[in-house]
Amino acid sequence: MEKKPIIPVRIKIQNKDFDVSEETNILRGNQTGAIVNFVGVVRGFDERNNNLIDSMTLEHYSGMTELEIEKIVKQSYERWSITGVTVIHRVGKLLPSDQIVFVGVSAKHRQNAFDSCNFIMDWLKTKAPFWKVEENNYRKKWVDYNLSDDEATKKWV
Amino acid sequence: MVIKYFSWIKEHIGKSEELIELPDNVKNISELINYLNNLNDDYKKVFIKKDLIKIAVNKTYCSFETKISNNDEIAFFPPVTGG
Repeated sequence: MEKKPIIPVRIKIQNKDFDVSEETNILRGNQTGAIVNFVGVVRGFDERNNNLIDSMTLEHYSGMTELEIEKIVKQSYERWSITGVTVIHRVGKLLPSDQIVFVGVSAKHRQNAFDSCNFIMDWLKTKAPFWKVEENNYRKKWVDYNLSDDEATKKWV
Repeated sequence: MVIKYFSWIKEHIGKSEELIELPDNVKNISELINYLNNLNDDYKKVFIKKDLIKIAVNKTYCSFETKISNNDEIAFFPPVTGG
């Protein structure tokens, strides 16, 4: 089997915001014909409990988070022909409509970029150690995990 | 041994991290939980929710049967909710 080329991978956990067009430009390269970006955004409403949200704070397990994301990206690289990956996840206090997460995948052809981006995001939701706490005037609530996130990973098994 | 706690588990136990000397008879995660449960009720209130607890040894997911030693870093946390 042909050996896979080395590809650039960037994984960042940070407080500060990110610029999607800057990140997209970084993913452009000679071998790239397609870039698929996913951006997760803070919803100002908790649908499951019918509550408005003033803010959200994200905590993570430093070190393990990066390792888990690396494992997911590696599996994606082994499965699809892709030319670059960027994963940025914000931590700390965020407000409704703030960007939380960026997953960008470049590939020679679009389907690999779509599938790989989807795969990385599905596994990140169930494996990367981040926890959200939602805040409003009345209370602070740790977000319950969502069974549908586990279900979403089944399509990749 | 370093034990780390995250999210509501950290709040229930009242600390994000602690150092303990592992007793000789504690060889795996289940035995560690039994040992902690005997220290005080805060641990019991957390570990009774066994289905809602994920465990990592040295920053890798593991099970209740995973063997541990005094040099390990253990973490207890709820199912993750990032993204």
